Amino acid sequence: MIEIKNLHAKIGDKEILKGLNLTVKAGEIHAIMGPNGAGKSTLASVLAGREDYEVTEGTVDFEGTDLLNLATEERAREGLFLAFQYPIEIPGVSNINFLRTAINEIRESKRENPISAKDFMALVREKSKLVELDPKLASRSVNEGFSGGEKKRNEIFQMAMLNPKLAILDETDSGLDIDALRVVANGVNTLKSDKNATIVITHYQRLLDYIVPDFVHVLYDGKIVKTGGKELALKLEEKGYDWIKEELAN
Amino acid sequence: MDVIAHKKVELSSKLEVTSIAISSENKRMALEVLENTPLPTTRTEAWKYTRVAKIGKIAFTNQQAKVANIEKFNIDSSAATLVFVNGHFSEELSSNELPNGISYSLLSELKELPATKLKLENEIFNSLNTAYLTDGVQITIAKNTAVEAPVQILHILKGTEVISNFKVIVNAEKSSQAHIIQGFFSEEGDKKFCNTTSEINVAENAVLSIDKIQYEDEQSFHISTEEVSQERNSLFTINTSTLNGGFVRNNLHINVNGENCNSVLNGIYLTKNKQHIDNHTIVDHIAAHCESHELYKGVMDDKSTAVFNGKVFVRPNAQKINAFQSNGNVLLSDDATVNSKPELEIYADDVKCSHGSTTGQLDDEAIFYLRARGISKRSAHQLMVSAFIGEVLDLIKNKNVRSYVDGLLEERFGWE
Repeated sequence: MIEIKNLHAKIGDKEILKGLNLTVKAGEIHAIMGPNGAGKSTLASVLAGREDYEVTEGTVDFEGTDLLNLATEERAREGLFLAFQYPIEIPGVSNINFLRTAINEIRESKRENPISAKDFMALVREKSKLVELDPKLASRSVNEGFSGGEKKRNEIFQMAMLNPKLAILDETDSGLDIDALRVVANGVNTLKSDKNATIVITHYQRLLDYIVPDFVHVLYDGKIVKTGGKELALKLEEKGYDWIKEELAN
Repeated sequence: MDVIAHKKVELSSKLEVTSIAISSENKRMALEVLENTPLPTTRTEAWKYTRVAKIGKIAFTNQQAKVANIEKFNIDSSAATLVFVNGHFSEELSSNELPNGISYSLLSELKELPATKLKLENEIFNSLNTAYLTDGVQITIAKNTAVEAPVQILHILKGTEVISNFKVIVNAEKSSQAHIIQGFFSEEGDKKFCNTTSEINVAENAVLSIDKIQYEDEQSFHISTEEVSQERNSLFTINTSTLNGGFVRNNLHINVNGENCNSVLNGIYLTKNKQHIDNHTIVDHIAAHCESHELYKGVMDDKSTAVFNGKVFVRPNAQKINAFQSNGNVLLSDDATVNSKPELEIYADDVKCSHGSTTGQLDDEAIFYLRARGISKRSAHQLMVSAFIGEVLDLIKNKNVRSYVDGLLEERFGWE
């Protein structure tokens, strides 16, 4: 699905990713954990194509395509989805209108016909139910006046609507109460198939009780320094990151 | 000084003084102003950001012209329509009659025009319009009648170095109600100039709304002056949509003479290439217990420029006034410019007024968010721009006008 090799990226003069390697195959769920400032959100931003970051070295192969050569929207059309850590409020742009534009532009890039209004509305109903998003919110301005939990559910709703190959959830769990967390996790689990993959970036092991990862990676100082199974997350939750730093020092 | 005076003569040198029955005092004054007043320069405060020198160099002529049909200009097909080409009435393209309660006369048919309410002194374009008046229309809405069907006045400018000194007089009589649409268009020709004025009288307890669309081409000059008087308990609304035109200057002046009036003025202006659009508005609160709401928004691309100057006066006896004014601008290119100047002058002490002006670019974070969902940069911009001006567009109540404006946005800016 995605193969990241020796990825280096900086913002301004500050190098944040320092040779990151990661391979994710279809059907897998990977969790990336790590202390603050390790580069977790940078990784998500670089993969989604945020222009503030400069990639100085390395390659990212996404289903046979050189991802780093694509514009943000082209990456999305190839099937990459980023659930934002801080979903943006866009007053005046309706959720529905924007999603229909997105779906149709993705379809157009694949030379498919636009979705009919009827099919689109049916899809909205089905997918908003999946994340228990009030259908009224679907027709409001993007994220405007949404609660924190509603914003995160809206991200998963969009993911469900766009049906990506690879979803990157950037701290989608932070700030959610347990009920909202369950809803979000349930959405992600329902969408999971052997054809898609998920990268979950999180601080907390708690989310991983609901979205069970095949692999857990520790991102520290711009690199993946340790990889394990789901039990690694439990150990991190219990012991923090100091033992990893010590291991690295030795 | 001599050089400038020479240019002034150029402007009207090929024109004949109007034969319309304007007041002789107005005619004398207007001609005197034209003779003695130089064209405004950027040292003139009201013209600080708008250069008119180009207009002054052209010896315009006025000619009758024909347009084949008004298909493209038909803003609201449910409206009764009066069509003017270069300021001359086109009987064959106009409706045979107006709805009950509303009547019109061509200015050229009137035995005597009332003295103008336009300021002539130092006002070269008002004077030009007055002394060289081509033609125009006086519309009267009879008292105590609410006219449901709209009336649209379409003006088409056609030909090279052609001028139209066009005028509309609207008398909304006591307790009347009407909706008027004004459209300014052009068809072929270079350096053409529509110099139009309106005198709008909204009598006691009358309700008048105007939707104005400006869509002349980029080879056109347009100067428009609206002098509005509102008497007590009246409601006046004007929505100005300026979507094309090479050089456009709008002077909108609302005198709120009576108590308990409501004045609403909204505008959008979208520019590209080298367009220049200037909106000068004045709301003059002379009487107490009134409200005014002003919302203008602009989006400028390429090397285009825009000006917004909005003045609100609250005179000493005008207590308990609520006056709100807001101007927002988005610049889509590094070479686009806007000069925004909201001004409040308050001489009464018990009033609630606010004004504000913002200028910025589209939110990069929002653009990134939209693109991350597969939307192209261009569509993302379009979604953001329509959201930005949508707030003003939503204030256009007439659905046909709204969909016509949407159509023009699609035609000119590729919106969907």
